[in-house]
Amino acid sequence: MFYKTSGQFKTSYKSDQALFPVKQDAWLLIAILALAYVVFPLTANEFTFKALLVPVLIYSLAAMGLNILTGFAGQLSLGTAGFMGVGAYACYKITTIFPEMNIVVALALSGFFSAAVGVAFGLPSLRIKGFYLAIATLASQFFLVWLFEKWAWLYNYNASGAIEVRTMDFFGLTVTGPTATPLTQYYFVLGIVTVVTIAMINITRGRYGRMWKAVRDMDIAAELVGINLMRAKLTAFAVSSYVVGIAGAMLVFFWKGAAEPNLFDIPMSFQILFIAIIGGLGSILGNFLGAILIVALPVLLNVLPDLVGIQVHSAAMEHVNVMIVGALIVFFLIVEPHGLARLWGLIREKLIIWPFPH
Amino acid sequence: MNVLVNPTGAMNGAEKEREVLLDLENVSLSFGGVKAITNISFNVMKGEIRAIIGPNGAGKTSMLNVINGFYQPQEGVITFKGEKRSSMKPHLAVSQGIARTFQNVALFKGMSTLDNIMAGRAVHMKRNMFWQLLHYGPARDEEIEHRKRVEEIIDFLEIQHIRRTPVGKLPYGLQKRVELARALAMEPELLLLDEPMAGMNLEEKEDMSRFIVEVNEQLGTTIALIEHDMGVVMDLSDRVVVLDYGRKIADDVPEKVQQNQEVIDAYLGVSH
Repeated sequence: MFYKTSGQFKTSYKSDQALFPVKQDAWLLIAILALAYVVFPLTANEFTFKALLVPVLIYSLAAMGLNILTGFAGQLSLGTAGFMGVGAYACYKITTIFPEMNIVVALALSGFFSAAVGVAFGLPSLRIKGFYLAIATLASQFFLVWLFEKWAWLYNYNASGAIEVRTMDFFGLTVTGPTATPLTQYYFVLGIVTVVTIAMINITRGRYGRMWKAVRDMDIAAELVGINLMRAKLTAFAVSSYVVGIAGAMLVFFWKGAAEPNLFDIPMSFQILFIAIIGGLGSILGNFLGAILIVALPVLLNVLPDLVGIQVHSAAMEHVNVMIVGALIVFFLIVEPHGLARLWGLIREKLIIWPFPH
Repeated sequence: MNVLVNPTGAMNGAEKEREVLLDLENVSLSFGGVKAITNISFNVMKGEIRAIIGPNGAGKTSMLNVINGFYQPQEGVITFKGEKRSSMKPHLAVSQGIARTFQNVALFKGMSTLDNIMAGRAVHMKRNMFWQLLHYGPARDEEIEHRKRVEEIIDFLEIQHIRRTPVGKLPYGLQKRVELARALAMEPELLLLDEPMAGMNLEEKEDMSRFIVEVNEQLGTTIALIEHDMGVVMDLSDRVVVLDYGRKIADDVPEKVQQNQEVIDAYLGVSH
């Protein structure tokens, strides 16, 4: 009823190509942003920040990076966690070598390291595709985790073999380390995720986005409409690994506080791939929806019995949790194999013409 | 080899320019022991509609693949716009002005009609990564400028109503038309059409023929087409080259090709 396109006429290509051709979408986004920037910080407690909001944002960002590569450019990758690790270790080294450097600059720079590694491991994509490429990226995953373990220089020869984040300031505000308040960390992460998301929306709706999608849908035809396949694939690997790298650095610096090499092992690669698939490949919004389902829902389910006052054994709850989340994943994939973002797209189409069926 | 440099027969539209746009000299292509094309020479004049016909497996599609650089011929010289070339990448052929459509529709199925045609303008769009990330400013201006050109093509081919439809959902005839639109978006000088009317009904064929003539006459695009519908070929084309088993057996205006004994033999078969 309120969600209608009638009366909204486009008189220029500019307004037709705007991000929100339908006004209500813009209002919806403003509402969500208000929720994220105002309501959550006012109401959330430390647990909510640490266990729900920050992880969801960081995992969304990592899935977004993977989605650029797999969803938009059609290159299946199983090495996401490895590239996250590259970002994290690069940021760690940068901040220890240049202690005075602004944390945002260090983050932005560490992205370039993961992008370079991503491009290097993306080179096989020029010759192989599909499952074979997935195996090649899997090799990068094993290699990188091995490297994080064996190359002591990466973790500054710590006896523990782990990297630990020291306290760092951002214009007077402590943003990393044990003394940082969850609220500042949350705002910091939210700010970076917002900026990167806007950049990714922009790039995917422009020339590069079409280039990538063309390569995904039919690479031979893409080449014959004048797209340089090598360039398209390698830019996809670069942009994807850049975003993934930043997500990895943020994971360690603003959430975990410390990391061992096995944090960046295969399970995390799969978790992020699942977020991207369930959220919707080839969508930016989907990554957030997927992260909410896969990262936030288990946490919420864990605390639910306490909230309603039922005494449940915590181990039992864990099992119930896995069953519920697993069932939901299957349910959503059956309802809409193209992911939650497509589900929302369908609901939106229905809402626009509601209450008439056509 | 009777290479016809200038056909003496009357072309429809006698004052068409006689400048050679594309010239192939003694081109041979083989895959291992299989000879796909043997020593073929022919040329395409600027502004003409050139048909390549022949029975199945005659090497027609291989010929197009050689022209746009998808295959590298082992022997022979290809001259496009007065420039000789040896090896060639397909995406470079596009930037030189050669576009093509495919025998089996090769659209980007997950994208809308509009995006498909916009993708055809990839070669003409230049804004770099930095502006793309920012979007507002130069990248958006470029986007809108190209959108205008794409809308002109959409109007030209009368596909306004399917602008937003994902091409995977379109009927076959319209998909072929979208593919033509995408090729036109590249603003080619030479347009290669690989069986533009395969699998179409009569009405769709008539539409497509009309579009091909209009593209040729209004946009001045030179067209080389492969087609099995002889009525269409004979009506549309200025000159026809006939291939059989990778060899050229005739190269002339349609009227003469129709009477050529070798061509009739190739199509109908002869008793040896």
